[in-house]
Amino acid sequence: MAVTYALASEAVFASAAVLILAGAVAVITVKNPVHAAISLITTLFGVAVAFVAQSADFLAAVQIIVYAGAIVVLFLFVIMFLGVDRTRVVSLEPLIGQRALAAVGVAITVAGLVALMWRSHWVTGAPSVSGHPLASGAGNVHQLGTAVFTTYLFAFEATAALLVIAVVGAVLLARREPSEEGSPS
Amino acid sequence: MNVPAAWYLVLAALLFAVGAYGLLTRRSALIMFMCLELMLNAVNLTFVTFSRTLSDIAGQASVFFVMVVAAAEVTVGLGIVVSVFRRRSSTSVDDLTELKG
Repeated sequence: MAVTYALASEAVFASAAVLILAGAVAVITVKNPVHAAISLITTLFGVAVAFVAQSADFLAAVQIIVYAGAIVVLFLFVIMFLGVDRTRVVSLEPLIGQRALAAVGVAITVAGLVALMWRSHWVTGAPSVSGHPLASGAGNVHQLGTAVFTTYLFAFEATAALLVIAVVGAVLLARREPSEEGSPS
Repeated sequence: MNVPAAWYLVLAALLFAVGAYGLLTRRSALIMFMCLELMLNAVNLTFVTFSRTLSDIAGQASVFFVMVVAAAEVTVGLGIVVSVFRRRSSTSVDDLTELKG
């Protein structure tokens, strides 16, 4: 049973990795923004699979509902609204050598991250410093809810203000000026 | 035991790399926002991995707040894109050259 479970978790990791990387590469390579948004859903779904595999069940649900359900739909809505879903030339390179420099910089960053992970003892502190060990399923929701509504209550309240400000700002930014339109009355 | 945490961390690093490369090379503001989402998701994956490794729920709470901030950021960012598109009829960041000296 333990052997099959280990194999299953590796298979879950492999499928999540394939979903994440294939979707991410498609986002930065396809020409059509609508296709990029659909590829973004693939990546977000892969991340949700990785969340479930690591017993973060509530976050996986939120990932699907908020990211794939709301944010990508917002992207698609703006793409359709602006009518920019025609293909653009991806191969155009206005700055000479920009792609090579970007690739080198990204490679150095990732190599640094992986080297840091490889060489250092990155498990700092004792496990479960905050009390209970992690649970999955309904226990995960209970644990996360308890943490958010007790330890992080002030931050949670601050997010309410942040969301209200964001909504008001978005409405103000996207609103058409009445004077510029020359609307009657 | 589960898959080692290092695998997930390397996967998150690769996802961050793809997002950063796209952010640096693509010209459309919409695609750049999508690459920003990729990078935020890479960081979220790292948070959840360390949350599992350390058996600490704080990592997952951080991911919760990152998601809220990402939603707010996308809302305001797309509002700015719409506002710029009204004036320029373009979402390419190369066309925003007003501050060029």
